[in-house]
Amino acid sequence: MKNSIIKISIVFLVAFTLACGGGEKTKLPPAKHASESSTLASPEDAMKNWKENKGIGPVSSVTLTEVDQEMVDAGKIIFEEKCSACHKPDKKFIGPAPKGILERRTPEWVMNMILNPEEMTTKDAIAKQLLIEANGSPMANQNLTEDDARKVLEYFRTL
Amino acid sequence: MKTLIKINSLLIAFLTLITISCNQGGGESSNGALSSNIAEKVYVAPGERDAQYAFLSGGYSGNLTVYGLPSGRMFKEIPVFSQFPTSGYGYSEETKPMLNTSFGFIPWDDLHHPDISQTNGELDGRWIFANGNNTPRIARISLSTFETEEIIEVPNSAGNHSSSFITENTEYVVAGTRFSVPVPQRDMPIKEYKSNFKGALTFIAVEPEHGHLDIKFQLLMPGFNYDLSHPGRGKSHGWFFFSTYNTEESNTLLEVNASQNDKDFIAAVNWKKIEEYVNNGGGTKMPTNYAHNVYDESTHTATSTMKKEVLTVNPSEIPGAIYFLPTPKSPHGCDVDPSGQYIIGAGKLSADITVHSFDKMIAAIEAENFDGDAYGIPIIKYEDVVAGTVQSGGLGPLHTEFDGRGNAYTTFFISSEVVKWKLGTWEVVDRQPTFYSVGHLMIPGGNSRKPHGKYLVAMNKITKDRYLPTGPEMEHSAQIYDISGEKMQLLYDFPTHGEPHYAAGCDADLIMNNSKKIYRIDENMHPYAIKSPAEGKVVREGNEVHIYMSTIRSHFTPDNIEGIKVGDKVYFHITNHEQDFDVPHGFSMIGQGTSEILVMPGQTKTSLWEPKKVGVWPFYCTDFCSALHQEMQGYIRVSPANSNIELSWSLDE
Repeated sequence: MKNSIIKISIVFLVAFTLACGGGEKTKLPPAKHASESSTLASPEDAMKNWKENKGIGPVSSVTLTEVDQEMVDAGKIIFEEKCSACHKPDKKFIGPAPKGILERRTPEWVMNMILNPEEMTTKDAIAKQLLIEANGSPMANQNLTEDDARKVLEYFRTL
Repeated sequence: MKTLIKINSLLIAFLTLITISCNQGGGESSNGALSSNIAEKVYVAPGERDAQYAFLSGGYSGNLTVYGLPSGRMFKEIPVFSQFPTSGYGYSEETKPMLNTSFGFIPWDDLHHPDISQTNGELDGRWIFANGNNTPRIARISLSTFETEEIIEVPNSAGNHSSSFITENTEYVVAGTRFSVPVPQRDMPIKEYKSNFKGALTFIAVEPEHGHLDIKFQLLMPGFNYDLSHPGRGKSHGWFFFSTYNTEESNTLLEVNASQNDKDFIAAVNWKKIEEYVNNGGGTKMPTNYAHNVYDESTHTATSTMKKEVLTVNPSEIPGAIYFLPTPKSPHGCDVDPSGQYIIGAGKLSADITVHSFDKMIAAIEAENFDGDAYGIPIIKYEDVVAGTVQSGGLGPLHTEFDGRGNAYTTFFISSEVVKWKLGTWEVVDRQPTFYSVGHLMIPGGNSRKPHGKYLVAMNKITKDRYLPTGPEMEHSAQIYDISGEKMQLLYDFPTHGEPHYAAGCDADLIMNNSKKIYRIDENMHPYAIKSPAEGKVVREGNEVHIYMSTIRSHFTPDNIEGIKVGDKVYFHITNHEQDFDVPHGFSMIGQGTSEILVMPGQTKTSLWEPKKVGVWPFYCTDFCSALHQEMQGYIRVSPANSNIELSWSLDE
């Protein structure tokens, strides 16, 4: 009896001290973002309905025509410089492989994910699920321009 | 059972104590402020930002600290003259050259007087300059990157104190010596100081586009102590004013012997005239040796060059360029009002403040109303130059700043107060105590044509009971006053770091929109940078090993390295491939004899490691970078010096 009371008290004390001291500062997005998305669909539904999902960000419409080789070459260089630390073209590394991406995502979604990853991974149902699959390793915002992102998308079309 | 109750009562008492200590800050002390709405004036709500920047000198910390006004929150410490393990400044291979001098590598200094660059006499927010007092140096710090970009050593100087003040178009940053010394230095008896030692006032040209520093000329003045200085502005632009003490030219027990003369001088230097003289071939080139260190933002690397010559000017060569204005009681502060009309000399052993008139000075020079000379430099008659005296009632005036509304504010060290007085009428209109023994004060823009005069920051030398005690040494205390009304209002106390001598400040808008967020990886010209993680590699050159490594949240490429041997000199060249604001990665290696390095997005930095023990040793990221920060690590296998293990490196193999 005596021991258990002391034990409980100590646990309580420790918990209290921790709460008082505050946690470690991390660079995770603020909590309010996560709660904003509580009304979105379940991950399974979101993945199934990918064709309707253009993501959240500056890109609302992309028209794909014939593959433009010049854009592909430029996109490959940008990908290697800014993305390859976490993405390999054809196998999952830190993040998913872009090979065949347009069979799973809309082109708008791909560009918005590149250009606006913070908001995407806190609000977009697919991106949120991918963040979980990547063990919480965030998609870095590499500050590409819209034109850069479009070139990277063109490169993805050739993988 | 009884003991149980006792134990629990004790715990409850302990819990209560914790709760009380946890909630501190809402107690009695702030009730007064809340009831009079003073607290609202300094309260910057979470997520909101301060209205002004303040850059406080760190004194013997050698660094510059950045604060917000009115909150008094410290945002950053910028390493300038001192090694800084927090970022690796002065430890990384790229930044070691910044601290090179003619005395070798000097890893600290005593940083005194920051001054923000100006255009047309108004702050322009491009750079901030600062002086190293001890091993005479001037630094230029970028207000875009908040990094020290350039340090120039000042030859023939010693105790670089009447520095680093700039002219109103940043034509020059000026560095005056506090201690006079033999020029050039030589082995001679100290007792022969008088008339043999010289005081060098150095005018360092600032190249307008990039801010690069180049000593234009050194004026070799009589062997007084040159204490503080300020530029003329407006009508007095083209002149520079230096306070002097020890015109007695004593070389011992200055505490007594330098206080004999009733008046010392403010030296008025017509630098435009001297500039014209040297542009026409005037002056004498003197052999010397000093370091000029420049940091290149594209290579992220500093280089140090030794310079071998300086152009000196002897006042006797150029009559009409320099005059002495008699100023009572060992003047310390030497400040010029926003109009450029008044030169304020604060005699530190006096109760009064002496104000000289620029117009009267010019008239006296034209009428040649002189009262003899000192070493050939004409002394203007006191009565012919003085505009007025502020009968303050305080004791020990030091420094004066201005609000742009016709008022001046002077600190009084001995009587611990700030005194507000009116320019022109010299009447004292308000006085407020400081806590305690105030040195400098700062009004953002307060030494320019256009002060941003809402707040005044008083920087005190003694803290005593202002904060919870922290042993014999307390961080110095500063106070913020609201000066927007007729009476000054004390708003807030905040601790500072090191010893703030002077400070500079400005409206936030002038700087915040130009603040750099990342370095672009495609603009990185560092010779050991890698543009893609695929270029990661390890190269051996004899016993030197160069590791080309990249970082991104949250891994190193490569993260397993073998083939390193005891006795190697291993250079880690870390390129941070992040391109997002505020995502640096740190790098630390067990047994690293330098320091960790903090690598900004798009930057490359190098840390030297000399492995001394055989084994497999970890390295890791020191800056909490993501949810998987604790996973950001790697291993290095260190083999005996005579081993045959080939170099190899990998990631995820």
